[in-house]
This record gives sequence, C-alpha cells and structure tokens, in this order.
Amino acid sequence: MNNISTKRKSPIAGPPWFRFVLIGTSVVFITALIGLPVAAVFAEAFRKGFSAYADSLQAEYAVAAIRLTLIVAAVAVPLNLVFGVIASWAITKFEFYGKQLLITLIDLPFSVSPVISGLIYVLLFGANSIFGEWLHDNDVQIVFAVPGLIIATIFVTFPFVARELIPLMQEQGTEEEEAAILLGASGWQLFFRVTLPNIKWGLLYGVLLCNARAMGEFGAVSVVSGHIKGETNTIPLHVEILYNEYNFVAAFAVASILTLLALITLLLKTLLESRFSSPTNRH
Amino acid sequence: MGIVAGMKNFREPSVIPGFGITLGITLTYLGLIVLIPLSGLFITTAGVSFAEFWKTVTSARVLSAYRISFGASLAAAFINVFFGLIVTWVLVRYKFPGKRIMDAMVDLPFALPTAVAGIALTALYAPQGWIGRYFEPLGVKIAFTPLGITIALVFIGLPFVVRTVQPVLEDMNREYEEAAVSLGATRWQTFYYVILPELTPALMTGFAMALARALGEYGSVIFIAGNMPGVSEIIPLIIITKLEQYDYTGATSIAVVMLLASFLMLFAINLLQAWSRRRRDE
Repeated sequence: MNNISTKRKSPIAGPPWFRFVLIGTSVVFITALIGLPVAAVFAEAFRKGFSAYADSLQAEYAVAAIRLTLIVAAVAVPLNLVFGVIASWAITKFEFYGKQLLITLIDLPFSVSPVISGLIYVLLFGANSIFGEWLHDNDVQIVFAVPGLIIATIFVTFPFVARELIPLMQEQGTEEEEAAILLGASGWQLFFRVTLPNIKWGLLYGVLLCNARAMGEFGAVSVVSGHIKGETNTIPLHVEILYNEYNFVAAFAVASILTLLALITLLLKTLLESRFSSPTNRH
Repeated sequence: MGIVAGMKNFREPSVIPGFGITLGITLTYLGLIVLIPLSGLFITTAGVSFAEFWKTVTSARVLSAYRISFGASLAAAFINVFFGLIVTWVLVRYKFPGKRIMDAMVDLPFALPTAVAGIALTALYAPQGWIGRYFEPLGVKIAFTPLGITIALVFIGLPFVVRTVQPVLEDMNREYEEAAVSLGATRWQTFYYVILPELTPALMTGFAMALARALGEYGSVIFIAGNMPGVSEIIPLIIITKLEQYDYTGATSIAVVMLLASFLMLFAINLLQAWSRRRRDE
C-alpha cells in the first residue's frame, strides 16, 4: 500500500481503505469494460492455433479487404490532413465574424450518426438520386464502389486534424508569426519554419486518430459499400461478413489487425503526450 | 492596403498572409463534403408529403426503436457519469501502479473500430462467453437484449465523460476544499458542496456527448443487440433495413428525425461548454 499515495496531501483524499476502494472500483471497471474485449479478440483469433490465424489473414478476400482499406485511408487521411491545417490556419491566425459557427460546422460530422453519414451520399449519388442519372449516363459509379467508400470515410474523419490543431494553435497565438513576417519571411517560410515546428506533435496526433478512424469506420462505409466480396469490403466490413457466416476464428483474426492498430495508436498517443507536456510546451 | 481593408471589414486586420485563400478552401471543402450532402437529406425529405413522413416516423416498430435507443443511451450515459467520475477522480488525485496504462485504456473505445468492439463484446456476454456464462445460470441474459445494448453504449461513451471532466478536475483550485475542511466540513460535505458543483458543467457536457454518440451508434451495437424488432432493434438499424429494402424515403424520414435530435444535442453541448468555460474563467 506504500505506493498508493496522493499527489499532494488533499484533505479529502481520505483514509487508505477509501482510496483502495475507489482505485479498486476503477481498475475492475476499466479492466472488465475495456481490457476484456481486447483480450477476447486475441483469444478468439488464436482459438484454433496460430496456423488457422495465419490462414485467415492470407485468405483471398481478407487480403483484398486489407488492400482496399489501405487505399481508402491513403486518400482520405492526406486530404483531411491538408484541410485540417488550412482550416486551423484560417481559424486561429485571424479574427473574423462567424468563427464560432465555422468551428461548430467543422465538428458537425462527429454529431452525425455513421449510418446517416453514409445515407447522405446514397441520396446524392445513388440510383434515382440527385446526381444519379447524370452519373449513370456517364458510366461513373460512386455508391457501391470505391469512390463512395472514400467520400464517406472523408466525411467521418473530417474534423479529427482540425480539432487537434485549433486549441493548440489558439493557445500559441500569433506573435511568432507576426514577428517572422515583420522580419521578411514569406508565407511558405512562415508556415514551414515557424508554425509547423510548433504544431508538429499535435498534427501527428490528429493524423493518427484520423487514420485509426479511417481504417476502422464501419457504419458509414457499410451503407455505401454494397458488400461486394473482394471489391468493396474494407476490413471492418469483412469482419462483419465473416462473423455473420459463423466463421468466428477468421472474423476475430481479421479484427485483430484493427485491434493492433488501435493499440499502436494509443501507445503513440501516450508517447506524444509526454512530449506535449515537456517544459517547452507548458507555461 | 485599401482594398484589403475594404474587402475584409468583417475581420480584424493582420499582417499574417493567407486569410482569403485558407478561408476560401475551408469553406469550399466544408461545403462539398459536409454541408451540401447533409442538405440533400432535407431536400429529399421535402419531396415527401407530411402525412407520409409522419406515418413513417411514428409507426409502431419505429416508436419502439426510439424507446430502445433512447432508453439504452440514457441508461448508458448515467452509468458513464457515475463510473466516469470515479475513474477521473482516481486518475487525477491518486498515484498507483499501472495508472499510466489505465489512463491510456480509457481512450481505447475512441481508437478501437466499432465493429471490432461489437463482436468482442458479443463474445464476452453471449450465454457461453467469458462473462455471459456466469449470468446464464442466474437467468440473466445480457447479449441479444437491451442490457447488452446498454453495455456496448457504456463502452463507447466512457471516454467522453472522463476526457471532459479530467482537465477541469486537474485545474481545480484545491484551496477551497482545504478551506472547507479546515472550517470543519466532512469529506462528503466537501465533495458535495465544494467539488461537485465545480464539476457539474463538465459532467453534464460529458453526459450529453456520451448520449449523443450513443444515439447514433451502430457498429458496436448491432452484433450484441440481436436486432429483434420491438425488443432490441435500434434506430440506426431501422435506417439500414429500410435502405436495404430500397425504401429511400422511409430511411430518409427517420434519418431526419435523428439528425434533428443530434442537432439539438449539439446545441445543448455548445451551451454547456460555454457555461463550463465561463465557470472556469471566473
């Protein structure tokens, strides 16, 4: 019990048994709620041994799903990265009317159910839709094809980078940029030499979260995918199909890739946070 | 400079370049990706007669789905506020081995894809699962009931409460509680009269965020829910079902109701956050 102590003597930290009960409750709650599901993924994936696990990952459709997920993320993440930086620049380096509304609108995709995020693109680009006829005549397929998956993924991961950068850049203010301009820096020099070094860790963190969500998105892509095996199934959609076919070992094996991705994302996040709180960044 | 001043009288002048181009790109991208597609939803609904719209969104099956979605989401948000407060308190105020790991684990529901969470939770809470098997003899079914839905939503919502309350508790000035104790208040009195009121705006924001997320949640719920109409069928699933039957107007009508509900939640969250900020500034 020696290593259970309070940061600073707080008058209501309470006696050891009280702290022990609260810490115990938290540990049990977090372990049962969050730890067990992660353990279950790997336990189920390896239930029939390592070779069954490896076979599941090398199956034709699993490989196709992994490839498709990588393609979708490779388009959606860079686009949202560039957008996030540009939007944060406009919002934090200038004072203008309607800024708060703009921030709320950028956050909007977070408040929309993933199912609706997919539905809006079906309404826009699907058969009998607003642009449906034109797309059909020109032989362009968006919904139930790869472009639809990419657009839906861009929508759901839209706010991640901007949301990380805006508070960070607001806190940093504009003095350094103003000084650089007065000393004769060009716009690009200003961004790459002054702003970017200041925001790189926050930017990296935003990109990590954006990427994790882009690869793991389920509801929105499920609506626009059409579930064509080997063609429009991303990893999460392939997990669903395997699961519904009662092919549990394969479902959890494929799911374990995404679980690993989530664990790596969290590990990097924890490392980045210790960077964030280095003395140079805390006042 | 005259042109610049004239063109941009809605903003304060600045020597930093790039206002026009960055704001222009931001608004264009926002419009193309978010605003135009979302307004398409309302345009499509406008083509439906009100009687038909009303009939769709108040049919018996949809009404029971509202009840299940709202009921489970509310229950999950309350559970999250209760345990979220304990977890946050422990993370901020106490030191113990494994604290860093626990802090990192709180974010896992953000990072773990919802479909993966869904099948993992089902594996745990199914009648033969690691946890479900202990409840099965007691006659308690968790998976494939609203109870299972609630557990999935607790999983999804916990980080919202913890991450909203944590910075407020960290910044809290401890002199007040020290003063309260030295004036003779008990631990519970200090918590109830000094600390809890300070945390209330953040707790309510976390509650609203967890609730908003839970209402729209799909991936983590559908596997554990069992999806029996009237018993464990949630609203997002009804939208999907209607889409699969090519009932686009039906799906859109229900989506509009849900979207309006989430806009209301968003508005409430913004108000709560403004209140929270004011309280912290004081």
